Amino acid sequence: MEILLNDVLDRYGYDFTDYTKASLKRRITRLMSLDKFPSFAEFRFRLQKDRMYFDRFVEEITVNVTEMFRDPSFYLTLRQEVIPKLAACPLIRIWHAGCSTGEEVYSMAILLKEAGLLHKSIMYATDINPDVLEKARRGMFALNTLKLYSENYIASGGQADFSSYYTAKYGLAKFDMALTEKMVFATHNLVSDRSFNEFQLILCRNVLIYFDKVLQDKVLSVFDQSLEPLGFLALGAKETLRFSTIIPQYRQLNKDRIWRKME
Amino acid sequence: MLVIGGSAGSLEVIVRLLPALRRDLPFPVIIVLHRKSSSDSTLVDLLAAKTFLQVKEADEKEELQPGIVYIAPSDYHLLVETDGTLSLDDSEKVHYSRPSIDVTFESVAECYGEKACGLLLSGANADGTEGLKRIKAFGGLTIVQDPATAEVPFMPDNAVAFAVVDYVLPLNGIIEKINSL
Repeated sequence: MEILLNDVLDRYGYDFTDYTKASLKRRITRLMSLDKFPSFAEFRFRLQKDRMYFDRFVEEITVNVTEMFRDPSFYLTLRQEVIPKLAACPLIRIWHAGCSTGEEVYSMAILLKEAGLLHKSIMYATDINPDVLEKARRGMFALNTLKLYSENYIASGGQADFSSYYTAKYGLAKFDMALTEKMVFATHNLVSDRSFNEFQLILCRNVLIYFDKVLQDKVLSVFDQSLEPLGFLALGAKETLRFSTIIPQYRQLNKDRIWRKME
Repeated sequence: MLVIGGSAGSLEVIVRLLPALRRDLPFPVIIVLHRKSSSDSTLVDLLAAKTFLQVKEADEKEELQPGIVYIAPSDYHLLVETDGTLSLDDSEKVHYSRPSIDVTFESVAECYGEKACGLLLSGANADGTEGLKRIKAFGGLTIVQDPATAEVPFMPDNAVAFAVVDYVLPLNGIIEKINSL
């Protein structure tokens, strides 16, 4: 696998060498099997020669599994503890780092709308994969997932009629353009790209688990540089800031995986 | 390294297994139970109360230590790295499960080879069979709860039918075997 990752780095400039190995290996094995490669050598060769296949490689080896209002208690905390504190900002800037197909961003937009703050918010949603960003831009999710999303929404303190946020057509739910208008989608590689703005809230959930310790710390530094004082950093349910070098300036909100940057 | 997997009906077994394990267990134990996707600590607390061994929910990047029992967190797959640490993954469910027993068993097989022992308990789906096969393929030991003693025999039955199983044992046999590893 080392050979493959070095090839990819040399040829395409994407550095996966600091990703956690077990998961990456699983994803690569899965892709090789899915695309029926008879040998590792053939897979390696195809990757070196075919740029389009490389794009597929990036999309498949990164994990893009997501759902709206995933971990409802997290969104409940956002609703009750975080968003009210952002209300006083003239312009609320939020960064969804590793937004995948956008479910988290649409969840945030709904939260902001219900708090009456959507009109003065911008959500920057970035991901390493241009294709998933395309999907996120369209704001269309399979209708059969909406039941789960609706349950999650209610568990997160949502009281409106969830179906009022989308229209159903051809087995898909298309979410309100009013939500999408406040989103900016752009590719961004957390491994290599720098900070590009300052935010009051950064969400990066279940992305760091795929990075080794060194890379995690690098990325957290980028977040630290991108966060205004008193801003919030939100991680996934099993992720923590505790062992990072940036922790001294941060205070955790109770037991939730949300930290606030102290002045 | 002992890795235990179970679903419906396996909690009762674990609850009786843990207190019977020797206190000086010379290897780490990983337990993967199919669980609801809420992150409360009741499962870990319940198991911790049953044994003198330390029981904790697995954290990513945590180094595995002998004599400690690690519980796979809900809604993540649990993997082991070649450097002896744990890692998490939130990719697609396997056999409708996350954590999936197969995923952890396979990971343990690749890292621990002959030093791996996989134990599969009661449950209603096929998760775990492929994992046991992988453990066997890498030279490890495979044990399955005797389906006749399992509350939901499908999972162990499936393993006996499709995987190479070294021992099919009731709870007492399992306890004895583990304490002699």
